[in-house]
Order: sequence, then C-alpha cells, then structure tokens
Amino acid sequence: MSTTKKLDVIGHARRRVDGREKVTGQLRYADDMKLPRMLHLKLLRSSQPHALIEAIDVARASSYPGVRLVLTGRDFPVPFGIMPVAQDEYPLAPEHVRYVGDPVAAVVAKDEQTAAEALGLIEVKYKSLPTIATPEEALAQPEARIHDYTDAGNIHRNQAFEFGDVEEALAKSDHIFEDLFFYEGDNHMAIEQHASLAKAEGDGKLTLWTSTQDPHYLHRQLARVLQMSAAHIRVIACDNGGGFGGKCDPAGHEFVVSKAALMLGRPVKICLTREEVFYLHRGRHPVLMKFRTGVTKEGKLTGMHLQTLLDGGAYGSHGPASTFYTGVLTPLTYELPRFKFDACRVFTNKPACGPKRGHGTPQPRFGQEVQLDKIAEKLKLDPADLRLNMVTKANSLTASWLKIGSNGLAECIRQVVEGSGWKQKHGKLPQGRGVGIACSSYMTGAGVSIYWNKMPHSGVQLSLDRSGQVTVFCGATEVGQGSDDVLAAIVAETLGISTKEVRCITGDTGITPIDLGSYSSRVTIMMGHAALQAAGRARDMLVAAAAAQLEVLPESIVLSRGRVFAAGDAAKSMSFAEAVIYAESKFGTLGTVGSYTPPKPPGKFKAAGVGPSPAYSFSACVVEVEVDEHTGWITVPKIWIAHDIGRALNPVLARGQVIGGIYMGLGEALMEEQVFRRLPPKLSNALVHKIPSLLEYKSITSLDMPEVEVFLIEDPDPNCPFGAKEVGQGPLLPVMPAVANAVFDAVAVRIDEVPITPEKILRALHLKREGKIPRVGPDHFPEVPYVEPTFVIPPGEGGDGTESKRPTTKTFRTKEIAA
Amino acid sequence: MNAVVKAVAHRNAHITLRVNGEDVEVSFAPYKTLLEVLREDLDLTGTKHGCELGECGACAVLVDGQPLLSCLKLALECDGSVIETIEGLASGPELHPLQAAFSDHGGSQCGYCTPGVLMTAKGLLDKEPNPSRERIKEALSGNLCRCTGYQQIVDSVAEAAHKINETAVDAKTINDGRTGA
Repeated sequence: MSTTKKLDVIGHARRRVDGREKVTGQLRYADDMKLPRMLHLKLLRSSQPHALIEAIDVARASSYPGVRLVLTGRDFPVPFGIMPVAQDEYPLAPEHVRYVGDPVAAVVAKDEQTAAEALGLIEVKYKSLPTIATPEEALAQPEARIHDYTDAGNIHRNQAFEFGDVEEALAKSDHIFEDLFFYEGDNHMAIEQHASLAKAEGDGKLTLWTSTQDPHYLHRQLARVLQMSAAHIRVIACDNGGGFGGKCDPAGHEFVVSKAALMLGRPVKICLTREEVFYLHRGRHPVLMKFRTGVTKEGKLTGMHLQTLLDGGAYGSHGPASTFYTGVLTPLTYELPRFKFDACRVFTNKPACGPKRGHGTPQPRFGQEVQLDKIAEKLKLDPADLRLNMVTKANSLTASWLKIGSNGLAECIRQVVEGSGWKQKHGKLPQGRGVGIACSSYMTGAGVSIYWNKMPHSGVQLSLDRSGQVTVFCGATEVGQGSDDVLAAIVAETLGISTKEVRCITGDTGITPIDLGSYSSRVTIMMGHAALQAAGRARDMLVAAAAAQLEVLPESIVLSRGRVFAAGDAAKSMSFAEAVIYAESKFGTLGTVGSYTPPKPPGKFKAAGVGPSPAYSFSACVVEVEVDEHTGWITVPKIWIAHDIGRALNPVLARGQVIGGIYMGLGEALMEEQVFRRLPPKLSNALVHKIPSLLEYKSITSLDMPEVEVFLIEDPDPNCPFGAKEVGQGPLLPVMPAVANAVFDAVAVRIDEVPITPEKILRALHLKREGKIPRVGPDHFPEVPYVEPTFVIPPGEGGDGTESKRPTTKTFRTKEIAA
Repeated sequence: MNAVVKAVAHRNAHITLRVNGEDVEVSFAPYKTLLEVLREDLDLTGTKHGCELGECGACAVLVDGQPLLSCLKLALECDGSVIETIEGLASGPELHPLQAAFSDHGGSQCGYCTPGVLMTAKGLLDKEPNPSRERIKEALSGNLCRCTGYQQIVDSVAEAAHKINETAVDAKTINDGRTGA
C-alpha cells in the first residue's frame, strides 16, 4: 500500500486501545472468569526431586466430602512438549517424578479449600533415585537417567557449528582471549499467576480460557494429549498479566482442567499459587560459558570459539531452541569473520528452564560484552570506540549466514556515548564510581515456526459493514506488550480512521486466524504485515467504491481522519462510514484477509532455520554505578539506552518496552536468581527450591529503579510494517554486561557472573587487597562431550550456505594469552 | 453439643461494608480474606492477586482511606469499613486523573498490577497532594510491577497530582471569583 500520505496514527503518542479496561479494572484475566456450576482444581506436587512412583492411593481423597474427581498420571497416557523433538512431559507424572514440584495428582472439588484439604489425603509411595543437582553432576552421572529418550546419559541436546576454520583464525590473531562466565537462572515473575478455566460444551467440545502467550501451540498440544480433534477444541488466550516467556509452554494444569471438565461436564478452574509458578518455571537457563576470541592489535575480531553448557532442569521445554540461541545470535553485532559454537543442554532435577525475554541470548551477550571490555582494557582502547570500529553493516551477511537488514548500532553507540557523557566519565570518575557500556542485537521474529509447515505465521481477517464498524481478528495474544494496539494502529492508519474505530478480537483459536503467538518478538512484524495486507485489500475496495461515487480517479482518493476524499477537491468527500456503504453496495458483504510468512533463511545447512529473522534490532547501553567498598552495595544512578527500533508505532508504548526491558535486565544483573539447596540428610536430602516466594526472590522495586534515558533510533526497516522492528526483548540484553563493566570501571574488579551481588563485590575486593586476581566468576569449564561441528564456509570466503567438508588444517595452538 | 459447635463453626459470617460508595451486605465462609470476598462474593474482580502473602501489592485497596493489602486482611475484621476498589475510581465515564495519567504516560502495560498501584497512589494523593518523585516511589515500593520499570508509573502519578492540584486551584479561583462578585 501507499505510505506516502502523512501518517495520522503511526508514530503518534496515543492511549493504547486496551488502556481504559486496564485502568478501570474491567479487563478480565483468566482467574477473573467465573461460570455457573464451576468447580476448582488443585494439584498435588512431588515432594521428591527424583523418584519412581510405586503407588498412589487416592481412596481417602476421592471420598472426602465436596470432592468430585481425582486424577492421576494414569489418566494421561500421552506426553506433551512445545517442541516436536521434546515431547517428554506428562500433565501428571505417571511413574517418574523429576523435580520437587512435579505434578502427580489432581483433585477437583466444590471449592479451592476443599480441594486443598483433599490433596493431603492422597498417599504417594516413592522410590528415590539419585538426584542430579548441577550440569557437572549430569555430565558425570550418565546413569539414573532423568529421561531415556536422548542419546547419551543426561545430555538433552548437543549442537555444534563452525563457520570457517576458527582455530586457524585464532592462530593468526595478535591476541587470544579466553574467558569463563556464568549466568544464573531466573524467573519471569509475571505478576499474574497462571490460571485456566475449562468448559465442556454440550456436544463434547472443549473451550479453555487460559493465561497463555501461544494459544495456537497449546491448541495443537491439547488435541494430542486429550486425543480429540483439534477442530473441537477452542483455546481463548485471556489477556496475560505479563508473560515474558513464562506462558509460552503448554502447562500441565491446562491439560488437567480440560480433561476434568470433559469428564465431569462442568466448568473447572485452577489458579496456581506463587510457589507453584516457581515450580512451573521455564525461566532463564543457568549457563556456563567459555569464550576464546582472537583479536588483532588494532582491536578487530578475527574469530571466536564459544562453548556453552545449559542447565535445562527436568524437562525439554523449548530447550532445543534455547540451546541454539546460546550461540546463533552472537555474531550480529560486530564483524566476526569466523565463528564456532558448541552448545550442550543437560537435564537436572530442578524445574524446567525455557524461554525468558531474550531467550538464550542474554547469557552469551553478557560474556561477549564483558570480554570485549577486557579486550579494550588490555589493548588500551576506549571500549566504546572498540565497538564502534567494528559494528556490522546494514544489508550484510554474518559468518553464520544471518542476513542483517537495517542496522542502527553505530548510531546507538554514538547516542549513548554522547548522552551519558561517556568520554568525560569512563576511567575518569572518582574511585567507587564508574560507567560501563555494552551492545546487543535481537531478532524481530523467528524465521521458522516451532513445528515444520508451509503455512503463514500470522493471519488477519477484517470485516467492515454499513454501520462503519471495523472488526479485526487475529490469533495474536496481548500479554501487555501492546499487540492489540499495534493491530488497531496498522488497520486504522491504512483505512484512515482512528484506533477507537477498530475493534480487536484476538487470541481465540475458535474465531481468529492463526498467529503463532507472542514470542520471539514476532508479533509487530508478522501480525503487522498480515494486518497491512488485509487492511490494504479493504482499502482498495473502499477506494474503488468511493472513486466511482465521487467520479474521480481511484489514485486521487485519500483516506484520512475518518474521511474519504479526492485529493485537492474538498467538495468531493464522504465519511468513512458512507464509503463503507458504497463499497458494500458495490462488492457485497465486506471481508478481507491477510497473511505473512517470513522469507527463507539464506543458510541452507541443517538447522540453518534457527537464528534467521526478517530484521534485527540493535541496542547500546551505558550504565553508571556507585560501589560502596565497605558493603559491596551497588547503586545505579542512571542508565542510558539507545534502541534501533526502525520506527516506533506508538512512542509511549515503545518507550515503555525499553524501560521495562532495562528494569528486568537490571534485576538479573543485580539480584534475581532461581536457586536451589539440598535439605539436610536427616530431612530427606532433597533438592528444593531455595526461594519460591516474591519476598525472597529479590526483584527491583520503584525505590531501586534508576532514571532511564531512552533514545529511539528510527530508521525504518524495509522488511517491517511501517519500518517497525522489535522492542520487547532487545533492550534488556546489554544491561547486565554494562553493569559488570561499570563495576570494573568503579572499583577495578571483575565479576564474571550474574547476579552481581554485594557479597561477590566484597569477595573480589578482598582478593584485590591480597594481591590476587580481583575476579569472581567460574574458574573451570568441565569436559563436555561436544559433538563434531557442522562446518559451513562463511559468505565472505565464498561459501554457498550449505554444509561442507572442513578444509584440512594444521592444528595451530600457539600464543594463548589469558585475559 | 459437638454437632452444635460444628454447625456454628461452619456458619457463614455476615457483615456490612460500604464499597465504592454503596452499602453492601455480604455473607461468606469466615476464613475468607477481604481479597477473596471482594473477588468471589462481590464479583469485584478488578482487585488482583499475585502472591496472597502480602508480597506483591496487586491486591491493594483503600480501607477507611488507608492502602491495605486485602490478601492479608480477614474480611470479618472489616465489618462497617469503607472500602474503595478500582471499580469505584472513575465517576461514570469520567476517568479519575490518576487513570487518565496512567493511560497517557504508559503507566499500565499488562495492567495486572495497575489496580493495586492506582489505589495505593490514590491513598497517597488523598493525603499528600504534592508528593515528590522520591515520595511517590516510596509510597509505591510495595507494589511490584514487572512491565513498566516503574518510571512511567511515577511519571503518571506526578502528572495526576499536578492535574488534581490544577483543577483544585481552578475551582478555588472560580469560587473566589464568585464570592468576590
């Protein structure tokens, strides 16, 4: 469609379309739903971290007054999992429990209280198995397998790729830096706890209202697990009270309430407690990383070998994708001629890790950006200049065959350097104060679907009628990011009306065209393109009808601010609603559709589909810190962030996403951690969650949050609707390394792991005083049986994107320099 | 005797509340919290929950003008109290200045913490019409928000305070003008 007219809606600060419902308390989240004859469900969870279930006795619970149904693993013979290659989880564990909190039975009762009381009457006899607490233990103990469907021991996934001969590149480098980093796991902590309400329709069909980010994937899994036709299941994704990736996986309870509702013929609801949300988890993977990076004396990268080890917890979840993401996006930010990554995910007896904002990439970005700070220090280069001198270019291919479109990273760096007064601050602030810089990039939508198919990633349907009303249907899910607002804005802009005139019906598999869900920062681009197509087709009809009526050429018709008129002739004009009447008269009932499928990835090797995206966002961040050397306490007075967003469709929302990302990143940098401990032997020795509550799981409050200065870099990307790239995930990524680098600038200690707590600062300062290396972080990387890498020649060396034989190389092993 | 005790123990509690300006009578199981009674027995689901342990602030309402975590308060203890919830904040179609400011300045994203934040903020502005940014942050430090990073919440509350004061000054000017005439 033509975008030459002045934009009326896009780019203007507006109240979001769902804002009023939110500030008035009218919006109904899943747990706000209530139906006649509704029953309540509670789950019994395993008290054992790793055990076989020898027997479950539910007799007493079943006969407890008020109880209507008790379900166990026997009722669920079919496993599920979001990834086709990791269908390893049961709604209720049939025989094998794998972490403290694994659901084993369910009670449906007249109210929550009764269900909770009856849970205590279920007797489970467990036979304990050895517990695997850490990735090191998982590698060392191939037996007492947590799952038996994988090739080797407790290794879940093993992936390796090499783009050009990295050892050769390292050998030719002036310096090789080798560094270890660790990134602790953490939880999404959406304030809304997961809730689901299932209802059996009279004819045996199922409707499920639930807090999910991905109703389509859940829909497919429900059909599989319940062994029903997908056509008889309707999933309604209620607006999520925050998701951040925590509501992407289908969750056990969603199947259990559905089954119970079907069996009882009555609505059944569950709302997880906060403690249960920590057990369901699917949060950030703890990742141990080793970077070997070659650099020229001028500070240019020559090659990088990255190794990662992911603690996956007890189930597959998104793990196969998470594992890739600890490697694949690394080369996006800086020119890197050769790149190799080995990634391994192992099972442990803890809640499953999965996708959290930035999915798998904050961890390597942390390591990469802290290592760059060390490189700059060693080469006596300014860390901002070092980065600026090697940023990737627009319209280029990385060594790993990722196609970069627009690229505003250089501008991002310049903006935060200038805005923060970097040149006057770095290395120049008084002892105890410092600044750090870091950059990042993120994808605007995953290029391939989670399951293989040739269908669109997003579909939009539009209906208009003689009343002038416009209704847009799309499977996309509002999780707070503003997807409904984006949808309304794109339709409104195209049809020349205001967003108030557009009704959005979203996230309902029964009535909305499929959209894959709110993950991978894909909604604006994919739903946006589909909406643009559907609205463009509707606009064409309105234009044709209006042009005929006004007796002007269609090319002269303008739709703007609720009017349809001939450019340059004020007399030839009608209201939008009149134009719809003429169009309905001319064409019959009005309805259009649009769809979007991302372009094929440029790489052709196996697994080349993970990482490619139609567009990448870029960010640069400067963090200022004050470190109290007596207490180790870190205060962050201010953060500057520049984000290359392409175009901000609604600047209020875009800024909100940026600041929200900074907030979440700062929490990960300073305090958030999902950690476990073993109970003393006399208390079972079980591995338990250390802090399954919001009081103990530390997060940033309004008092801790620093001022954030946001620079939106708007250079519209031609692959995106109105040029808009992602903003939901990217801005989080540079925060953690920028904090670590600022701490170094302040007190000259390296904290090579997150969270960067006062205890770690004090430990490093103590080492410094003792004349030892002032560093806290991992000190060894275990022997990981990585697989032989898929070798691909980089584009710059004449490759064609397919897997090829590794050239015969002499093995160089020279001049390793510890950083 | 035992049977009588049991019957008494299970009898519903019955209280009167003044909720959002209306008198309501409600009967409920005596163990219920104010949060549960509001949501389940009075269908006021605008008030949310995030922990039910007093950790997140999502369930904040005003009880006799004071912000209170309704998940920690037994409803039985509230007999005769004046309760203000998010449902009573707007007057008809007219948004309260706090609601308008949250809409304009991005104070609400997923919206789930919003009712608790708004009620806590109202409690603050009712008592302190001119809070500093630091004071706003302090007053809201018990309300966890996972989306906004708080900055736009603080902006919104500051803007609302400004608007309320402006309106108050305008009203005063008009009244003074009338008196003068």
